[in-house]
Amino acid sequence: MVEWTDAERNAIATLWSNIDVGEIGPQALARLLVVFPWTQRYFSTFGDLSTPAAIAANPKVAQHGKTVMGGLEIAVKNMDNIKAAYAKLSVMHSEKLHVDPDNFRVLAECISVGVAAKFGPSVFTPGFQEAWQKFLAVVVSALGKQYH
Amino acid sequence: MLSKKEKKLIKDIWERLTPVAEDIGSEALLRMFTSYPGTKTYFSHLDISPGSAHLNSHGKKIVLAIAGGAKDISQLTVTLAPLQTLHAYQLRIDPTNFKLLSHCMLVTLACYLGEEFTPVAHAAMDKYLSAFAAVLSEKYR
Repeated sequence: MVEWTDAERNAIATLWSNIDVGEIGPQALARLLVVFPWTQRYFSTFGDLSTPAAIAANPKVAQHGKTVMGGLEIAVKNMDNIKAAYAKLSVMHSEKLHVDPDNFRVLAECISVGVAAKFGPSVFTPGFQEAWQKFLAVVVSALGKQYH
Repeated sequence: MLSKKEKKLIKDIWERLTPVAEDIGSEALLRMFTSYPGTKTYFSHLDISPGSAHLNSHGKKIVLAIAGGAKDISQLTVTLAPLQTLHAYQLRIDPTNFKLLSHCMLVTLACYLGEEFTPVAHAAMDKYLSAFAAVLSEKYR
């Protein structure tokens, strides 16, 4: 079980309460597809991903970004048992979607950069960054747990 | 591979940030030390507490080197030759740590540039920092 300090729980709760999933999610997924273009391999049915502008305007990217970011709610609501909470999603990503689990780590980096760009240094302090990244790392680990 | 457009974008960003090299550098280092405590082991001989003189001067040094390389990215191996030697034979910092600092540099840039740090700018910067780190570790073995 993961140990969270009060400061970490506070940081994560504060950030989550200020994050608009419909805003940050699409941006994070767009960053992933632009910064790491090989990730587009999983989205061949999404239509035009040929340029950063196309990706930014793509409605399927926006919808999916919102879905994925919204999935973090599971972790926020189950901080003391994130591993179990994501078991089903982990199986799905492995057996149905066949996603290389390293992509979870890379998407988490994109989410952090997006959150930093949105909130700036006075909110996304080094301490908040540490807590947020630890939180995402636990989610990333949980999502990769059921891969065999 | 960096396109001509990307090289110009990188050069312009670092030119603008050179006057605040100390702020950017010290913050990126502080973020790295906070999120990745193992990185502090390379600085046991310095005072790297927030706001310390060592943190500021070290942060400034690193950012000025990165900004210097950005002036002519095609000459990176030539520009970084002395730093290559320093890192390979004296500092011997495990190259995995370059990724950690690069990530914290990206977060710091995102914090300061906000919306301007678009996916395109982020991609170009990530590529540049990766190239910088790769050149830095070239003499390791």
